[in-house]
Amino acid sequence: MTDLKTPVVFTANRLRDGEVVWLGANGRWVETVDASLPATTQAEQTQLAAIAAQSDADNVIVEPYEIDVSLDAGSVTPVRFRERIRASGPTIRLDLGKQAQNTAHAA
Amino acid sequence: MGTLFVDLDQRDDPWISIEGEQPVPDGVDVIVSLDIFQSQREELLARNDGRIGVYLEPLEPVSAIAGDLDRLSVVALNFPSFADGTSFSKARQLRDAHGFEGEVRGVGDVRIDQIGHMQRCGFNAFVVENDATIAALSKGDNPALHLHYQPAADETKTGPGAKRWARRALD
Amino acid sequence: MYRYDEFDHEFVESRVAQFRDQVARRVSGELSEDNFKPIRLQNGVYLQLHAYMLRVAVPYGTLNSQQMRMLAHIARKYDRDYGHFTTRQNIQFNWPKLEDIPDILADLASVEMHAIQTSGNCIRNVTADHFAGASADEIADPRPYAEILRQWSTVHPEFLFLPRKFKIAVIGAGVDRAAMQFHDIGLEVKRNAADELGFGVFIGGGLGRTPMVAKQVRDFVAEADLLSYCEAILRVYNLSGRRDNKYKARIKILVHETGIDELKQQIEAEFERIREGVLKLPDEDVRSIEAYFAAPAFEELPNESAKLEAAQAADPGFARWVGRNVSAHKAPGYAIVTVALKGTGEAPGDATSAQMDVLAGLGEAYSFDELRVSHEQNVILPHVRLDDLKAVYDALLAHGMASANAGLITDIIACPGLDYCALATARSIPVAQEISQRFSDLDRQNEIGELKLKISGCINACGHHHAGHIGILGVEKRGEELYQVTLGGSGDETAAIGEIIGRGFASDEITNAVETLVDTYLARRLSDDETFLEAYRRMGPAPFKEALYPPAPATEAA
Repeated sequence: MTDLKTPVVFTANRLRDGEVVWLGANGRWVETVDASLPATTQAEQTQLAAIAAQSDADNVIVEPYEIDVSLDAGSVTPVRFRERIRASGPTIRLDLGKQAQNTAHAA
Repeated sequence: MGTLFVDLDQRDDPWISIEGEQPVPDGVDVIVSLDIFQSQREELLARNDGRIGVYLEPLEPVSAIAGDLDRLSVVALNFPSFADGTSFSKARQLRDAHGFEGEVRGVGDVRIDQIGHMQRCGFNAFVVENDATIAALSKGDNPALHLHYQPAADETKTGPGAKRWARRALD
Repeated sequence: MYRYDEFDHEFVESRVAQFRDQVARRVSGELSEDNFKPIRLQNGVYLQLHAYMLRVAVPYGTLNSQQMRMLAHIARKYDRDYGHFTTRQNIQFNWPKLEDIPDILADLASVEMHAIQTSGNCIRNVTADHFAGASADEIADPRPYAEILRQWSTVHPEFLFLPRKFKIAVIGAGVDRAAMQFHDIGLEVKRNAADELGFGVFIGGGLGRTPMVAKQVRDFVAEADLLSYCEAILRVYNLSGRRDNKYKARIKILVHETGIDELKQQIEAEFERIREGVLKLPDEDVRSIEAYFAAPAFEELPNESAKLEAAQAADPGFARWVGRNVSAHKAPGYAIVTVALKGTGEAPGDATSAQMDVLAGLGEAYSFDELRVSHEQNVILPHVRLDDLKAVYDALLAHGMASANAGLITDIIACPGLDYCALATARSIPVAQEISQRFSDLDRQNEIGELKLKISGCINACGHHHAGHIGILGVEKRGEELYQVTLGGSGDETAAIGEIIGRGFASDEITNAVETLVDTYLARRLSDDETFLEAYRRMGPAPFKEALYPPAPATEAA
């Protein structure tokens, strides 16, 4: 089993409302990157890619692609800045996007 | 390959497409590539046992066959991808600039949501490969808007009260 | 302004119904994304970084108050309570749900608006001078021609799948406020020696990764030939424009590679073939469209207002705003107001639903029910009585829209950048915000004078950085944002493309770099009247380069 250099997760937008989602356990698309299921081996990556392609074909999500992430104590952080913005929301509007929902939950 | 619709009715295709090194058979209606047409032009035009059509890729200009249009029955214009719209303008050149009255057929990546636009530019036949498009045309569906702002190759259809430059065909 | 007739209503409504059906087919799975994508794009629906985005057309930037209120309503009901005015005089909503978009389009149709051809490789929303019909320097109102072009280009069957997008701008004055020479077709309304109306025609302008100033293809095309000439240009482009490389597909590349003389011959030949045909504009048709844009019933007023003068004397803040944001009107006693959506630290071009409602109310009360969107991402009240300027200012002030910075360094154009855009490589808005904070002192801004600063978050140049006196382009380098600076660009009648000054700056250096450039200009200008652009054109890049990149010590230079 070949390990990946960098773990990856799959992301996409939900078809109906455009919400940013990541592929989690059991083939479910989840709304936070922390809840995503990272692949650390090539075999896992291949399996997740197949699930993502199937979800695309099933018209659940659109434009799936994989992103590099780093894993630390149960949290999943995208490597690229673009993907970190996508996972939290506009950096100039902290009241919008995922970051706003997180604050709302914490409050 | 592909299902022929003429004026949106499904038909058997009487035309044989000839490409590359394939010899042109006698006694049948053939659509040949521009290369073949140009290299065997005299033999082809001298044929009296089968009609002739020419197939043009987007970058092959209508001017290459303009002098022979009165001898051609079909011009097939390719859409290598739905996003390549070159052939829309070529259909208009055939109809408007050259007065070609034969069949102008769209081939390649022909999709239902473009059929109406193609008709307005002068196409009257389509060889369709896209399954959803074949299904829709077979059911008689054509989602094209029946209203339009500008004259195109179909400029004879004029709605009531229309501005001359803004034909408003109401089919 | 133009009002829909029965045909327009029926057309837009059937288009909404068509798209409703297409969205339903998409959601049910009958239409694949591959088939749906070109359809949604032609209805202004993008998939962006966080969500779908809907771009709504504001034809030639003209709106009435009811339409502005509808934009506010859409922001409140379907989005996150704000919208973003763009450099193409459109408005974008950043968070709509796909399933809601047919309802949004139906709401828009109810006030004679739509999102048709705001995306895709087709003829986009036709833009015009935002001072059209109001400005003192105008030869003729460009909007009737923009409306005729809108109708002709709407779902033009031949030109929906062009090699690339196609942008047309029309101006009606010698002063270019619409960056006309950076459009695929730029039209300048003018009169010939016989005093007949017609157009100077420019083609092949554009920004993006290969910026080019348009070339004049015709000194004068008669009014009646407007559509024939444009159709000839479009047909030649559609037949010959490159499709093998999307970065070489705009008409500017065709002009560049074919040469303007050869291309002009092809266009003229096609024009000669069709000019006496169905596209010839009958005079009565042009006049009937023109009638929609007839000037409102201006009162007969003196050219001065004692009320205004008294208010200016009493309120220096107001006086300053009048000095910057009020422009000369063709009717005595009236003025044009620029509402700068550029408050200190705000996102350029963003307006909340509450602000849009306020603007709608001001349009209704003080500007004959008319508003404009400018390509500089501001809103214009085109016809305000001098006597009413103070009331307008007070209302704007109460709602955070009274920035007295029109045309100054903080009146920044910025694209949405990486905070919103799927194509962006760096953020634009935070850079604009930091610069606007650094230069927030209005005395300092006025001392600097006219300075157009424009920021793009990627090479596609939606923030017009090439046309900025100071342009900033954000790129990604080794995972970090890096900002390149160009100098000397201009989007007016002296159109020019800015030149890259040197290596880029990190996000925490770029504001300092801008300040260095400004200080260099202030230290070297010939007089207070010499603008940054004039000083740059006189001196060239050398002094700015020296200031930005001081020569390294000799030991390191070895």
